[in-house]
Amino acid sequence: MEKKVRSLNSIKVSHEKKTASCITEKMSVPETVCISMAQHIGAPCKPLVAKGDSVKVGQIIGDTDAFVSAPIHSSVSGTVKEISSIRSITGGEDQVIIIETDGRQDLWQRIKPPVINDQKDFVKAIRASGLVGLGGASFPTHIKFNPKNLDQVDTLIVNGAECEPFITSDHRLMLEDTEYIIKGILATMKNLDLKRVYIGVEENKPDAISKLKEAIGNSGHSQDIEVKVLNSRYPQGAERVMVYEITGKPLNAGVLPADLGILLSNITTIAFIGQYLETGRPLTAKRITVDGNAVAEPKNIIVPIGTRIFDVVKACGGYKAEPRKILMGGPMMGRAVYSDAFPIVKNNNAILIFDGPQALIPEETGCIKCGMCIKACPFGLLPVSLAEAYERKDIERLKRLQVTECMECGSCSYICPARRPLSFMHKMAKGLLKEVASNNG
Amino acid sequence: MDNRYHGNLEVSSAPHLVSPVNTAKIMGMVLIALAPAFGVGIYQFGYRAAMLTLVCVAACVLFEYLMNKIMKKEQTVRDLSAVVTGVLLAFNLPSGLPYWIAIVGCFAAIVVIKQLFGGIGQNLVNPAVTARIFLFMSFATEMTTWPTARGTGFDTVTSATPLGQLSLGGADSVSASNLDLFLGNVGGCIGEVSACALLIGGIFLIFTRIISIHIPLSFLATVFVCGFIWGGFDGAVFHLCAGGVMLGAFFCATDYVTSPMLPLGKVIFGIGCGLFTILIRLFASYPEGVSFAILLMNILTPYIDRITEKIMFRVPKKAVEGDAGNEK
Repeated sequence: MEKKVRSLNSIKVSHEKKTASCITEKMSVPETVCISMAQHIGAPCKPLVAKGDSVKVGQIIGDTDAFVSAPIHSSVSGTVKEISSIRSITGGEDQVIIIETDGRQDLWQRIKPPVINDQKDFVKAIRASGLVGLGGASFPTHIKFNPKNLDQVDTLIVNGAECEPFITSDHRLMLEDTEYIIKGILATMKNLDLKRVYIGVEENKPDAISKLKEAIGNSGHSQDIEVKVLNSRYPQGAERVMVYEITGKPLNAGVLPADLGILLSNITTIAFIGQYLETGRPLTAKRITVDGNAVAEPKNIIVPIGTRIFDVVKACGGYKAEPRKILMGGPMMGRAVYSDAFPIVKNNNAILIFDGPQALIPEETGCIKCGMCIKACPFGLLPVSLAEAYERKDIERLKRLQVTECMECGSCSYICPARRPLSFMHKMAKGLLKEVASNNG
Repeated sequence: MDNRYHGNLEVSSAPHLVSPVNTAKIMGMVLIALAPAFGVGIYQFGYRAAMLTLVCVAACVLFEYLMNKIMKKEQTVRDLSAVVTGVLLAFNLPSGLPYWIAIVGCFAAIVVIKQLFGGIGQNLVNPAVTARIFLFMSFATEMTTWPTARGTGFDTVTSATPLGQLSLGGADSVSASNLDLFLGNVGGCIGEVSACALLIGGIFLIFTRIISIHIPLSFLATVFVCGFIWGGFDGAVFHLCAGGVMLGAFFCATDYVTSPMLPLGKVIFGIGCGLFTILIRLFASYPEGVSFAILLMNILTPYIDRITEKIMFRVPKKAVEGDAGNEK
């Protein structure tokens, strides 16, 4: 079982983890919050409150009957000011609930730790907590934890790689909330009947690794739980890469880890489970890294979900320079937002704000066919050939070169000396294939 | 500036970060790697070698600048690719070549071979190598008049190269020892004389991951094996160190644009270069064959790329049958 596997291709990116030593602060409640009803993959929630209603911290304010969904809770106490919509990052319209806060942060009276007897209770409690994959995908956790082949699933991989530059929120979590991580792991193991747990952490976080090892030792589960130290290279934290690096099992696009007997969760997700089972407080706040050269005081900060970016920045000393680009998430896979009025959503782990040259990718020049993109691709794809096939709209070649295996990690675009947006072209190519497939019936 | 609404931010697709290495830096590394050979060239052939190289660089950069202007394209002088072409072309010339002939070569390299095919990344064949062949054919006398290298100790103005001696009089008439060939105490083109200096530069490029080892290794190994069959160990070392094999294997054949991208293709390319080099040296009427070998393999590169791509990404049988009609 324990065999040394050959590492996948990866790239070296500068870590820029300047906030790694910043003890997490807690943000004071902003005047208003703007809570989106679309904070997970799947059907958006419908508001359960109306204008003028008073809400408490942890109160359910949005839910839906759709299968792939998770409820949304108020992160503040106050009064519903308005139910409106904003243009989402992806271009759609998202319903939002705007709440004027009263600053008292009264807890909803119905909040109490869940009572759990079996896997059904566990999954139900997780749905009630509003938990979604906090590593970025925001897939509702209760669905992931209820796979069809549960009896075949025996391994849990906890993803603490945090391979994106700048972001240190998971690192701080590992240092500050270690006991919640262990509690979350033990609860998940017990209720889903898992045998083996791996925590994957990049080697650039030695303090977190030793803290985790110590906590595992104290819990008396050092036979079942193992910290796997990973190379500090991008994209170690990608689901398919991590499964391969830890178990040696290749995970192709479209295959679920559960099909290989594995559940993979972000470490923040697992820690939240530990915290929720103890306190019963649903997902209403998030630890995020605020960094970038346009922020006065880069730091890690716990913010209520729904806090708008400009309020977050205000809590971080304000802008140091005129912001040109704001990212939700890391610089490799994060999304650029067009305005700083965007609210924090559940899966945010960082807000990065850049001015001037750092905001802009240098201009594209001619491809010199150096092949660096090929050496960078974790899945052995040929980014340069895919880009050529996309530009020529050569559907057959795109299929043959397996563009659908691309997970858009951005390694090829990062490494390209000609600054070609290769990863973006793959995304467009995948869209093209879908379009062609639907046209052909 | 606090707490003011900013609603007009830059948006673009991820990633929002790029590696510090760009095309100009890669070309700069190649130039650094060429420096030892340039030093040996100047030592062996004097100031004329330095001047000819400078003239070639200046001419290449000027032609690149003018072509971009005339064709109203983005200016690409800053990517240093024209500088590399100029240096490589000069390295493939005898140091006594009249400047105007060198400038004609630069015109062929940059204007005809590179820019008319679409500029950087679009040329089919290596500009420096092809321009050298063009000059070699057109100015046969000037291109084969070899000034005597200082290290040979001869006091003549010109002398034959080891490969020239081999071609005319067979193995016994070669006057230079293998050590002289390795160090560069022989006649020849400016940049090709010292196998040692080129090896240092080549290893530097491999260690800095600017080039991969596949092409140089398969090229040199093929030459070595063929040389061994021809003349034992000494013969193998002779063929490795004589003429343009080292310069070709590390700096011309590894040109990204005109060599295959996949490892398997690179190996095929390197073996092809080695075979054709030896074939021409031993059996054809020209004493040296590196440029011709590289040119030929350049032309084959798109086919090698296509074949290796198909080998790497074999379609499952069912899919092939279904799409047979669409395959070109």
